[in-house]
Amino acid sequence: MSETVKKFLYVNRKAPYGTIYALESLEVVLIGAAFDQDVSLAFLDDGVFQLTKGQDTKEIGVKNFSPTYRALGDYEVTKLYVEKESLAERGLSADDLQELVWEDEDDDYAEKPSIRIIDRTEMAKLMANQDVVLSF
Amino acid sequence: MSTLHTVNKSPFETSTLKSCLEHVSDGDTILLIEDGVYGAMAGSSMADLVTAKTKAVSIIALAPDMQARGIDEDRLIKGINTTDYAGFVDLAAKNDLSHAWL
Amino acid sequence: MKFGILISEGPYTHQAADSALRFTKAAIKAGHEIDRVFFYHDGVNVGTRLSIPPQDERNLQQEWSALAKDHGVDLVICIAAAQRRGLLDENEAKRQGKDANNIADGFRISGLGQLIEMGILSDRLMTFGD
Repeated sequence: MSETVKKFLYVNRKAPYGTIYALESLEVVLIGAAFDQDVSLAFLDDGVFQLTKGQDTKEIGVKNFSPTYRALGDYEVTKLYVEKESLAERGLSADDLQELVWEDEDDDYAEKPSIRIIDRTEMAKLMANQDVVLSF
Repeated sequence: MSTLHTVNKSPFETSTLKSCLEHVSDGDTILLIEDGVYGAMAGSSMADLVTAKTKAVSIIALAPDMQARGIDEDRLIKGINTTDYAGFVDLAAKNDLSHAWL
Repeated sequence: MKFGILISEGPYTHQAADSALRFTKAAIKAGHEIDRVFFYHDGVNVGTRLSIPPQDERNLQQEWSALAKDHGVDLVICIAAAQRRGLLDENEAKRQGKDANNIADGFRISGLGQLIEMGILSDRLMTFGD
């Protein structure tokens, strides 16, 4: 089974906290990392809100899971594609997002950014070029 | 490579159908299911956007969900076809990938 | 062809579990294999044997249980999602010191790895949610 490597794309289109989808999607990504598949995450529409800086859930009683995105690099989940148009439509830019990095073993453990901003055309191509699309 | 996209939301409630239309590739299929079938109706504020895509991609509405909602086939945008659950299964098998827009 | 089915929304409130059921039946009828159905998010609530829908309504849990019995469909409920929502099998109830369990026949509780495995092993993964 482990010899099969499929391209998995996790599509995130929903904002965090209002519903549980973002958190439970992240849980799948973390578990899925153990399966050594070719994993990418796509953030578009309200999904871009999952990655914003400065989330503080103390006063709503819900667990703040935004720091977990920073751990993804340690799980070798290093490809987080964020759609430029979705950011712009929401008045956001890349500066509003957390800085996420991964360490490249093949490059003397250099820290490299995990977030890649792509446009809508590139996002469509990314979606078309997968074996499994998981959306929640 | 081609993808079967399913959309289950009314386009008048969420932007799911719009987002799907903006991310499909030529030759893909969009299957409108559940409340998604409202997006197939002619004469709505969404109709132009949907009609514009009917050349590049195949747009199909799930007939059982239309019937349940009292939508006759003659109310559909020209170029949109219908299918049943057996056809849904065939579409899923025929396309290389399935992408559910939720 | 091998299909895997992901149900990520609860029964009765959303149509997802109904659509998935109809798709699954049609796929079996067409000669396809349904390897596994994975219940996630509120979808786990399909698997409680304690639901009692009115007699003139469909009983989703029973219909899924029948598919497991008649066609060997593997019905897997996500353990993390289930624990949040009060779905327990006998072992889990004992382990957690709870006084009851509620998993219906044909369903089993397991980890999220089963979802990833389903994605790897099936030819097509179909998602029904909201």
